[in-house]
Amino acid sequence: MRVTHWITTLCFFALLVTGVEILISHPRFYWGEAGNVLTPPLFKLPIPASRSSVPTGYGYVLPDQNGWSRYLHFEAAWVAVLTGLLYAISSVLTGHLRKNLLPGEADLAPRALWSAIADHLRFKRPSAAEAWSYNALQRISYLLVIFVLFPLVIWTGLAMSPAIASVFPGAVAVLGGQQSARTIHFFVSLFLLLFLVVHVAMICLAGFRKRMRAMITGRASTPMEGT
Amino acid sequence: MSGFSRRKLIATGIAATAGASGLAVGARLARRYGLLPPDGAGIYGLGETLTYAAQRVLTRHSLAREFPRSLISKTPFANGEPPTGEPFRRLQEAGFADWRLAVDGMVARPASFSIPELKSYPSSSQITHLACEEGWSYIAEWTGVPLSHVLDAVGVLPQAKYVVYFSLQRGWWDSVDMADALHPQTLVAYGMNGGELPVGNGGPLRLRVPRQLGYKNVKYVTRLTVTDDLKRFGKGLGSASPEGGYAWYAGI
Repeated sequence: MRVTHWITTLCFFALLVTGVEILISHPRFYWGEAGNVLTPPLFKLPIPASRSSVPTGYGYVLPDQNGWSRYLHFEAAWVAVLTGLLYAISSVLTGHLRKNLLPGEADLAPRALWSAIADHLRFKRPSAAEAWSYNALQRISYLLVIFVLFPLVIWTGLAMSPAIASVFPGAVAVLGGQQSARTIHFFVSLFLLLFLVVHVAMICLAGFRKRMRAMITGRASTPMEGT
Repeated sequence: MSGFSRRKLIATGIAATAGASGLAVGARLARRYGLLPPDGAGIYGLGETLTYAAQRVLTRHSLAREFPRSLISKTPFANGEPPTGEPFRRLQEAGFADWRLAVDGMVARPASFSIPELKSYPSSSQITHLACEEGWSYIAEWTGVPLSHVLDAVGVLPQAKYVVYFSLQRGWWDSVDMADALHPQTLVAYGMNGGELPVGNGGPLRLRVPRQLGYKNVKYVTRLTVTDDLKRFGKGLGSASPEGGYAWYAGI
């Protein structure tokens, strides 16, 4: 199980770096089916581009790295999706989903949630016992990432493929078109990046070395047998 | 070291063996059914092979989406510059009356077609999306003769596996497998939005492969070669795209 986390980490960084590379070849976004430099954009990023055909207002063009970036983006996507499937299936089979990810009813009570939020806002470090299991906010955000953001980023990614669109035209139409899919893909990636930043910040707050050791070896410093 | 029990070790061993033999069987099956792309070696080979194999199975009978006339882009973007050399200029000045499309390779009757000859064949029109790998796109109505019709006219030999196509634009050539070559929406296009195909969009003749990205839709096409082996062309990767760092199969 733990190995799936680190494979996903590696894929995520590959997808992020290559995604940025692909994005800078056309840092403009549209809504609907089609859009190009002659079409008014929904919005554009105030950055230079790696292609001279895009009017950015900058007097220079960034180095173009689209070729290998695209190869790596799709390869990392394959590995991430297959790893994710393995994780999802084994989470159900081993009970990881039920025991560790689905929040308990008591955790979801407004008062419990509120106190968890307050603890986070005060940057209160978890006790050793608390660190051994995920708290309610962790559970909710992990579930959101695993069952909402990941599927959405895969769906919008596939919706940009002309071949996949030919097999599942409805999956593109529901999103509003191929350019809409690209725009949603960008925003979901931003949310995933936001999750990553918070995720890493929380690990640093909880004690980077201790948490890292636990995430790699599976052992917390004070194992709570039977909990 | 309770984490490395014998049971776990044996289970890991069995899983690894099963995985390795599964891969070997998979590779053999993939080769037999033509599911391996020509640029399937190297560090990106795994991703490319998975994409090509999966989509060859999935897209067997699929048609690229067609759109209502109201969705035709008012601003079809003409990317890049037309060929700058003397031969293209001379052909253009003569209204492309002398443009020829040569068809050779594994065919029974190699031939060369003028544009009026291509236009005399039954034409096909489609309102489809052309997407560039950069991220932009436009929708246009494309008119041309289905590539399958041209291939029928010259008699493709049964062992043919790919159609390689060459542009007058130096260094630009590509290829598709027979599944895409014979696909009803794959056109040798000579018209766009009811008129002649503009030079900026690939006129007088461009290949239209609507289930793949823009760069497979090679402009200024002058020659088609039918083959069973892409190794004999360029660096053996199937098209100029992998030589420039881009995937041969662009269905994504």
